[in-house]
Amino acid sequence: MSDLTGLTLAEARDAVAAKKISSRELTLAFLKAMEAARPLNAFITETPEQALAMADASDRRIAAGTARPMEGLPLGIKDLYCTKGVRTTAASKILHNYVPQYESTVSQNLWDAGAVMLGKLNLDEFAMGSSNETSYFGPCISPWRAKGSEAKLVPGGSSGGSACAVSARLCLGATATDTGGSIRTPAAITGTTGIKPTYGRCSRWGIVAFASSLDQAGPISHTVRDCAVMLKAMASVDPKDSTSVDMPVPDYEAGLEGGVKGLRIGIPKEYRVEGTAPEIDAVWNRGAEWLKAQGAEVVEVSLPHTKYALPTYYIIAPAECSSNLARYDGVRYGHRAEDSHDLIDLYEKSRAEGFGAEVRRRILIGTYVLSAGYYDAYYLRAQKVRALIARDFAEAYQKCDVILTPATPAPAFGIGEKVSDPLTMYLYDVFTVTVNLAGLPSLVVPAGLNADGLPLGLQLIGKAFDEATLFRAGRALEIAADFKAGPQNWWRAA
Amino acid sequence: MNAKSKLIQGSSGPWEVVVGLEVHCQVLSKAKLFSGASTVFGADPNTQVSFVDAAMPGMLPVINRFCVEQAVRTGLGLKAKINLNSVFDRKNYFYPDLPAGYQISQYKNPIVGEGEVLIDLMGGEVARVGIERLHLEQDAGKSLHDQHPDHSYVDLNRAGIALMEIVTRPDMRSSEEAAAFLKKLRAIVRYLGTCDGNMEEGSMRADVNVSVHKPGTPFNTRCEIKNMNSVRFIVAAIDYEARRQVDVLESGGKISQETLLFDTKTGQTRPMRSKEEAHDYRYFPDPDLLPLELEQDWVDGIAAALPELPDEKKNRFMALGLSAYDALVLVAEKETADYFEAMLKEGVEPKAAANWLNNEYFGRLNKAGLAIADGPVSAKANSEIVEMVAENVISGKIAKDVLDILWAEGGDPRTIVEARGLKQVTDSGAIEQAVDAVIAANPDKAAAAKAKPAMAGWFVGQVMKATGGKANPASVNALVKARLGIPEEG
Repeated sequence: MSDLTGLTLAEARDAVAAKKISSRELTLAFLKAMEAARPLNAFITETPEQALAMADASDRRIAAGTARPMEGLPLGIKDLYCTKGVRTTAASKILHNYVPQYESTVSQNLWDAGAVMLGKLNLDEFAMGSSNETSYFGPCISPWRAKGSEAKLVPGGSSGGSACAVSARLCLGATATDTGGSIRTPAAITGTTGIKPTYGRCSRWGIVAFASSLDQAGPISHTVRDCAVMLKAMASVDPKDSTSVDMPVPDYEAGLEGGVKGLRIGIPKEYRVEGTAPEIDAVWNRGAEWLKAQGAEVVEVSLPHTKYALPTYYIIAPAECSSNLARYDGVRYGHRAEDSHDLIDLYEKSRAEGFGAEVRRRILIGTYVLSAGYYDAYYLRAQKVRALIARDFAEAYQKCDVILTPATPAPAFGIGEKVSDPLTMYLYDVFTVTVNLAGLPSLVVPAGLNADGLPLGLQLIGKAFDEATLFRAGRALEIAADFKAGPQNWWRAA
Repeated sequence: MNAKSKLIQGSSGPWEVVVGLEVHCQVLSKAKLFSGASTVFGADPNTQVSFVDAAMPGMLPVINRFCVEQAVRTGLGLKAKINLNSVFDRKNYFYPDLPAGYQISQYKNPIVGEGEVLIDLMGGEVARVGIERLHLEQDAGKSLHDQHPDHSYVDLNRAGIALMEIVTRPDMRSSEEAAAFLKKLRAIVRYLGTCDGNMEEGSMRADVNVSVHKPGTPFNTRCEIKNMNSVRFIVAAIDYEARRQVDVLESGGKISQETLLFDTKTGQTRPMRSKEEAHDYRYFPDPDLLPLELEQDWVDGIAAALPELPDEKKNRFMALGLSAYDALVLVAEKETADYFEAMLKEGVEPKAAANWLNNEYFGRLNKAGLAIADGPVSAKANSEIVEMVAENVISGKIAKDVLDILWAEGGDPRTIVEARGLKQVTDSGAIEQAVDAVIAANPDKAAAAKAKPAMAGWFVGQVMKATGGKANPASVNALVKARLGIPEEG
């Protein structure tokens, strides 16, 4: 095989299992690609020695006939997942030197399935951002460029490193997390596939928390099938996470080609929001046609509280983050300010130096909305709206099985374009945050390129714990879209 | 104690003190509330700390079912409402011994609601103290400021241990009532096995709310004295604080609601530095934990297996013939009650056993400063002494001697009595001889006694002396009276 990095995860799996290629060969190919792609800044930490050791162990298992479902497949891990003995930073200065003594449940599940770790992927600091520009380790650059332009684009966020690494073929698949769109936004604008599973499907144990009631782990990979394989390995009930749910994890891959005949696809009218690029609306309509052509029934549904989703999200997520990030205080681990003169000074300096502007902003918002006298007006009201948003979906699912929406209101934007205007940046998640508030699963698949040659994605939202139907509908979109485009390898010349 | 004596006399007349308590009881459990780390007291610093306790990134709390069971058990012991749905909230504040930057507690929806404790006051009076709530929360670690001239250290062994915070109604009207409440609560949790009640080790601590008002008028503003861990100091702190508030109010001042510390050296309360109390805790439900839902059947099962508690035990002891006072003394400490019950199992007559313990054995323990568990005489040995008295094998006086011998030397009571010839003389011939000898030696007194029967006692004493205390006092008494010609019941 000429370039092993061109394989999908499922193709590589089959080739390795059939002993056509070794895990070591595959791993070496990705390590080489990673080295060449350093200008993209996709990885915060590369772990080549560990990768080769794991690959060799996989090859021994394959030789011994004891291969596991993802044996020998090289993956990137978002640097929000704690990895035992490997620095885990959350892309923050405050954790720039933190080496966990434990492994997150989801990454452990992947290692138990035989996967190989290539390194730790860049992200927005503490997963707070939509462009991967808030990383202490510098922005991750999208491998995509607009036709005829050399301007650097964002890969989306917060899982920008994950989407970039998959899109640039630096790994077969990557773990990611999604609190308000952090899997789906980057997947959509890098032409990759990603799924945010139902809240509780994957364990949160060992993943650095941003907003506990919204955070959920999921994969970004090349195809719907790849994501189905990865999610099967990642998902599990976990006695160490009280919010993980004890539901059987089906064999998603087995049901993938079931088709959408008779499936009712909901189109929420409230998602036709102002400011959405016409090309986005066009791709949305096309998506609906594709599914219809394959036998699905397209119905209009209403999600009337959609317009409150962003403000609700930007109360609940910062509130939880302000509390979750209190542990980074310079006392036990992580960055500690020099020459502080007392305890309060130590806290103030360590946190002011350790957190970037966006994280500080959200901690302040969160602290404010939980303060005495404001709690009822903000946090409590937001929780009530959240319940209404969840009810909207429950009612919509009386009429449909899956909901189809755009994934982002626009294609990728330029590095630095929105950093000075946080509100514009927040609006970029307008189609994704509702799903986290409702705790539902949601899959993003590439739907085509816009006039500038940049990827656009479509989002499918499913019923709780019905990822199987999402994968099936996603596969139907994938077949129709027949998305074959990839970024030019401009970074190798750079 | 009558109501009037509780009042504080001020220059403007009598004042009444109003006390409410918030008691923190460490839950008896091998593991912490949200982690598997050990809770054993006295381990080397930071040796009993899990990743969760140290608030490492990505760690999540998981509720310890046994701690929940202990809280429910305690709630049932306080005759309280068990809330089948309760919620854990985060109480946010920064401190080095609070690793996560928040304490997981229960704010709006505690696991246990309203209940009551009956407290026993002097003179047999019983008062009711309302329980407002009991909630579960995590303990914090310990900051150590005395280990190094420039640095403070933190020990997280205690961080995350389960606490039950028990909040009373402002139902106590004196420092004595507060002390009685704490003793009763301590007894209840120890009977239940839900807290060891050890105030010195800090497993039971209290915040004390104090205000004063003129009887019959609305309550005044209260002050809270924080973190008290001795009943004696709580009594002193309430007395001091109540007097201080009376003085402030009578000199035209106002009480401002503040948090105080009690200085054990000066015996005075003083305000905490404002930084220590100026918190907006930003409570909100902990998103890492689901609401705690209990099944009624499970609660019923715990209720059915509840041990007998002090009040019920006291009633049972009184039904066995004990006085209210004796029963109260015996049930006040679980170990004492257990000791007494062990004696009952030996078949002793309850009242005799209670008298013996209260009049003889406890006095010796107190004098030696020993807890009942550390006393040198077993329940079985004490039972045998009481039985020997009942069987007329030894006299009450000899019984005390036998106890002294057991206390000093140990051994088996019956063997001691046998070996040392302490058996009561029941041989009437020998007693008659002794009586006759005493009368013969004291003809004047014998003549006088016929006119003044009370003098018979003197003869009895002489005879007991002559027989080395071994004569049966009742037989001696009867014989002396017969020989002196004093009618019985005279």
